[in-house]
Amino acid sequence: MTRQIIVGALLLIALIVFPLLSPWSTVILTVALCEGLAALGILILLRAGQVSFGHGLFFAFSAYVVAFMAAAKFGREVLLLVPIATAASGLVAALVGLFIVRYRAIFFGMLNLAISMVFFSLLEKLFSITGGADGKRVPRPTLAGMTLERESFEFWMFYITLALAVIAALAVARYLVSPGGKALEAIKSNETRLEYLGVSSRKVLYGAYLTSGLLAGLGGAIIALVSGHVTPELAYWVRSGEFVFIAILGGAGGVAGPFLGALMFQIIRGYAAVYAPETWHAVLGVMLLVIIFFAPAGLYGLILGRKRAGDAT
Amino acid sequence: MSEVILEARDLQLRFGGVQAAAGASLTVRADERIAIIGPNGAGKTTFINLCTGYIKPESGSVVFAGRDITALSPRAITRLGIGRSFQIPQLFIENTVMENLLLALSAREGSWSPFLRLDRHPKIDEMWALLDIVGLKQTGHRIVRELPEGMRKLIDIAVALALEPKLIFMDEPTSGVSSHEKFQVMDTLTRALDARATTAIFVEHDMDVVARYASRVAVWSGGRIALEGTPDEILNHPEVLETVIGVGV
Repeated sequence: MTRQIIVGALLLIALIVFPLLSPWSTVILTVALCEGLAALGILILLRAGQVSFGHGLFFAFSAYVVAFMAAAKFGREVLLLVPIATAASGLVAALVGLFIVRYRAIFFGMLNLAISMVFFSLLEKLFSITGGADGKRVPRPTLAGMTLERESFEFWMFYITLALAVIAALAVARYLVSPGGKALEAIKSNETRLEYLGVSSRKVLYGAYLTSGLLAGLGGAIIALVSGHVTPELAYWVRSGEFVFIAILGGAGGVAGPFLGALMFQIIRGYAAVYAPETWHAVLGVMLLVIIFFAPAGLYGLILGRKRAGDAT
Repeated sequence: MSEVILEARDLQLRFGGVQAAAGASLTVRADERIAIIGPNGAGKTTFINLCTGYIKPESGSVVFAGRDITALSPRAITRLGIGRSFQIPQLFIENTVMENLLLALSAREGSWSPFLRLDRHPKIDEMWALLDIVGLKQTGHRIVRELPEGMRKLIDIAVALALEPKLIFMDEPTSGVSSHEKFQVMDTLTRALDARATTAIFVEHDMDVVARYASRVAVWSGGRIALEGTPDEILNHPEVLETVIGVGV
């Protein structure tokens, strides 16, 4: 436990200090935190032994809610946009979850993928509303009533995102050691016994799915604000796959894992795009293979000296 | 005579060409300890599955405390007060023994607060007491996957007991438990059942256990309860001696 706290604290200190020394990194780090939030949602589902290949749905949905609201006169305030867009994604997760939690394993994963791809198609085809493949521009909103220049806006958005990521990570860590979090693990381990405890595994998974959707939605809302533009690509299966990639790369053993994974993902993507622009997907693939074969508990597990994927916090 | 707590009436079930239940009926009164005996593979576990909602019968009914539970889910049946342990223990094997029991206690108490750490559950003393009943207090912090089958079976029973059921089904509770520990475990288990006024139905192959702990014995044969009686009557019945115990007369 002490080692986990030290790892988390060091990561946090690095994230606080780095943008002060290298202001150019704020957007990249904010994007990493947003993807880390979505991967944190994936981590929750992994605890139940389920993988979603469609969390781009929630990520994109909240991003488009931000885009539409920011374009309208009543919604040009970060403190309004982020909670509303996140709640909207939560609502979508609540609706989709009613159906999805009836399924397990490959069916769970593929149904998530199918629904996100339906949304992707709608974003692309409804050109007059969504802007089609070109997407929508997101006008820079005010922050606590202040109109900020781009650099200041990005700087403050990074620290707000960091604070939200810390709160989300601590809340998820707490949830995972609560009876509800342990019941979630029980779905993976033995659903029959869970039912014979009088516990509805569907209800347990539904709560987790909702939380997971909210986290992806939070990430999507912020990414729309910092990138200033949304496209259907946010809902595309590749994006959803990246969240799973990040969760596995970082390790599902602790809540710091997805953020470590997201940072590493951004570093690999950044350098690979420069030094291997034609083959950077192959670099990511090789990286994933290395992790699966040699460090199945991910980067977080590697740091904590854990060998197996199941060694959880 | 105490009240009827469970009544299985004329249960019928066929698996392909096999008649797993052929008019199985059993009436259970509160506080009874009923042992179900019969040859291996005869369908005793199927009878438990039918009574606890794991399998639905093609016809017939199961009434528990005056309520028809035939069509109810295992979850609903558990909530009404029927617990069970399994022939192959059904536990959360990647979790500790403590976590398995505390999860059962959370389920009973409905305590799902996200602010509550499972390992600091207010019912932790009860958890240790339950482990004491099955003589496994020392295993509390162990991961279930690492424990031998016999220990897992006892933990499975403790998990079922944690729900404080009115009626408990136990499928071969002492199989895998060493012969010198068998009676010790059954003694404490029986005391725990008495203290909780829990009715018990158990499938058992060890006739010494049956003779010592059952108040009534039911013989499962041909997909139904073929014979019923006191342990003395049944264990000395010529047909039982030949077909179940394997002693020719």
